[in-house]
Amino acid sequence: MRERHQMRTPRAYFTPVVALAAAALIGCGGSSDSAGGDDETATSGDGARLSLVAYAVPKVGFDKVIPAFQKTPEGAGVTFAQSYGASGDQSRKVESGLGADVVNFSVEPDVTRLVKKGVVDEDWNGDANEKGLAFGSTVVIVVRKGNEKGIKTWDDLLKPGIEVVTPNPFSSGSAKWNLLAPFAEKSRGGKDPEAGLAFVEKLVKEHVKVQPKSGREATETFLQGTGDVLLSYENEALFLAEQGEDVEHVTPPETFKIENPIAVLNNSKHPEVAKAFLAFNLSDAGQRLWAEAGFRPSKPELLKEFADKFPEPDKLWTIDDLGGWGEVDATYFDPDKGSIAKIYDDATG
Amino acid sequence: MRISRPATLTLRTVALVYLGVLVALPIGLILLRTFEDGFGAFWEQVTTPAAISALSLSLVIVAIVVPLNVVFGVATALALVRGRFRGRGVVQAIVDLPFAVSPIVVGASLILLWGAEGWFGFVEDTGFKVIFALPGMVLATIFVTLPFVVREVEPVLHEIGEEQEQAAATLGASRWQTFWRVTLPAIRWGLTYGVVLTVARALGEFGAVIMVSAGVAGESQTLTLLVHSRYIDDHNEFGAYAASTTLMFLAIVTLLLMTVLDRKRHSA
Amino acid sequence: MLEAPATGTDVGSARRRAGLRAAGGVGPLGLGVATLWLSVIVLLPLAAISVKAFDDGLSGFVDAIDAPSARAALTVTVAVSAIVALVNVVMGTLIAWVLVRDDFPGKRIVNALIDLPFALPTIVASIVLLSLYGPSSPFDIQLNATRPALVIALLFVTLPFVVRAVQPVLLELDREIEEAAASLGASNLQIFRRIVLPTLAPAILSGAGLAFTRAIGEYGSVVLIGGGIPRETEVASQYIQKQIEVDRFVNAAAVSVALLLIAFAVLFVLRIVGHRTARREEQAR
Repeated sequence: MRERHQMRTPRAYFTPVVALAAAALIGCGGSSDSAGGDDETATSGDGARLSLVAYAVPKVGFDKVIPAFQKTPEGAGVTFAQSYGASGDQSRKVESGLGADVVNFSVEPDVTRLVKKGVVDEDWNGDANEKGLAFGSTVVIVVRKGNEKGIKTWDDLLKPGIEVVTPNPFSSGSAKWNLLAPFAEKSRGGKDPEAGLAFVEKLVKEHVKVQPKSGREATETFLQGTGDVLLSYENEALFLAEQGEDVEHVTPPETFKIENPIAVLNNSKHPEVAKAFLAFNLSDAGQRLWAEAGFRPSKPELLKEFADKFPEPDKLWTIDDLGGWGEVDATYFDPDKGSIAKIYDDATG
Repeated sequence: MRISRPATLTLRTVALVYLGVLVALPIGLILLRTFEDGFGAFWEQVTTPAAISALSLSLVIVAIVVPLNVVFGVATALALVRGRFRGRGVVQAIVDLPFAVSPIVVGASLILLWGAEGWFGFVEDTGFKVIFALPGMVLATIFVTLPFVVREVEPVLHEIGEEQEQAAATLGASRWQTFWRVTLPAIRWGLTYGVVLTVARALGEFGAVIMVSAGVAGESQTLTLLVHSRYIDDHNEFGAYAASTTLMFLAIVTLLLMTVLDRKRHSA
Repeated sequence: MLEAPATGTDVGSARRRAGLRAAGGVGPLGLGVATLWLSVIVLLPLAAISVKAFDDGLSGFVDAIDAPSARAALTVTVAVSAIVALVNVVMGTLIAWVLVRDDFPGKRIVNALIDLPFALPTIVASIVLLSLYGPSSPFDIQLNATRPALVIALLFVTLPFVVRAVQPVLLELDREIEEAAASLGASNLQIFRRIVLPTLAPAILSGAGLAFTRAIGEYGSVVLIGGGIPRETEVASQYIQKQIEVDRFVNAAAVSVALLLIAFAVLFVLRIVGHRTARREEQAR
């Protein structure tokens, strides 16, 4: 790619556009080339160039973690090629050949896809890697400033006239977490699925109108004025507060623990460096940086350190309470047989 | 056809109101949001290393795509208008197909064709990366812009007919001479529009390109991908608007440049 | 070149004469180049996805398209796109006319405006339309998540097609015949219907075809403003995207192929109609 930046088009006279483009290339060639040049020397020196493929939300965190890692002895001289995007899209890109050393996704099935493909080892989520969990969050209820509608619990969402914005669970990982939170509370952790599904059904049929594609698009739809309530990640809510948006968030008494996986690819060109980076993310120093960026550290003792920022709900349900991702996906979100999928189908039928 | 003054005014008003509501209003809003903090803030957003790299990548893609589209587009249009062969209607419909393909599908089919496990996977095995590299982004852009030159040149070719070309041929001009001296000047307006549309669309294409780009900031992001990543990953709405304004500015500059150059050549 | 006397009848007779000669002005080389170009760029990728669509056999393909939500998405897409194409036919021709025949201060700016929708990343179009016509609309127009919102978003992205197709033909159009017809007592309407429209027809239809095809494939600009409500405002592209998200690639490919077939059929018919009209009008004169 870099070589092509210097490419001259011989037929520059062909159209003015080409001339314009070529002129602009020569004009701004300097800065992009010199930036590229730095990378080149770094790669040819001691340091490796790690390719990080991640979903969109944690970029704010990696912006803190990567410079810190580069200051450690293991990370000295290491440079990063960072690619962010929708979790599923990113996972599929790696599946179809995008070179990556470290991946970080919103939901576990996106890593499982790569395990099936054989590029991530089966034991990626073993104890050696802290179960492969980089960081986590919880599902929170975002409301407009002042919370005039007085929304505090999941039941409040079902008050007449409340419009809820949550993305489509078939395209968004965050939407699955959003629906699982009230489901877990109402079903007492999956013991009474009917009660949980009854709540989800009422929510989806009577209160969810628009279906944005991703978590961030849902946020945008909400910020542009649609709906009374947005269901989202806690870190997204904290981020919005930091950005000074006119919203605030409520952590319901019972909510759901979001766990976001990270893994090293087994075909990484720099496996040692990649593993060192993974380890740094999971280290206490790395986890503190994640916490500062609004993500809940995986280790309980670190979570206590940030108790002000991350209030402890009365009950935090986990995906394991419901039987793990494999079962949850098959029972509730399978597009043909899943019960939540059916609700979505009926709601709009 | 002489149209009365009131009728002219009515037509003008209808056109301008329609354009105003549909286009000027949204674009005005973008400009407003881009420049409400002054030009300095805008300039800061569009001169970051990532923005400059995205700008040059977008221009590189345009610089590769436009000449290819001009050469092959004019050839295809000529073949369609002047040629007589079976299945011409089918070929004509094929030319328009790229528009009907959802950008997502464009990306997916390119991966199926050129990806490591695709039909042409052997190319990738030789070490020449197509997908998740520049060639893939170029292929995606050519795919979505392919119809423009053909479609803009074709009606003009129809309209001018073949008389002059035949006259030139009778006078002993070679095929090339006829093309350069007679056909090309006649189709230049259509070609100009075709190129402008190609440039605009190539700059703005998003869905197909994002699927075949590695998406690394400062390396493989076009301006459009930068807009998206600023908006979605960074929640940097202002930066996204600033980059969008740059895109629109490039499109306008192309159009004006081509109009001015064309007039110069014409009056010279 | 603008003053080149190429009257409608001349074109017709020239074309008929040309028909007598074999490959016209293009040798087999030109034809070969065109075919190769189309194949590598367009046909092969589409072939790859079509093959994928039939991975589960013909019945799998039919099932994928016959799923209620798939059918609904296709219906919404085609209906909305047809409306968009029709509006474009009228407004696009009108705008092209104003831009070519009328003269007013600022015309060049208006002309430059036409292409801008193309250069805008679709996500930006979506955001801007949402802030204009969403719940916090400054004009108090709420179109968020309705079909009219889809129409507006698609009209925005397809604006250039008809305008830019008609403009060059209008420019090349010889006004002498119009003058002649007028001097013979023809009314404006007659002149427009008998002389201008037939010449413009292929360009208008071609532009409308492009607008229609672009509309049925459009994705980004409708995402936010459309709301993506299945069976109401969910368009085929969104459905395809969702199918890919749940790893139903075959379904996604099948709906894409259906979309392609629709587009292909529409374009094919439009082309034939366009040529017929043009030819009939020429012969009638």
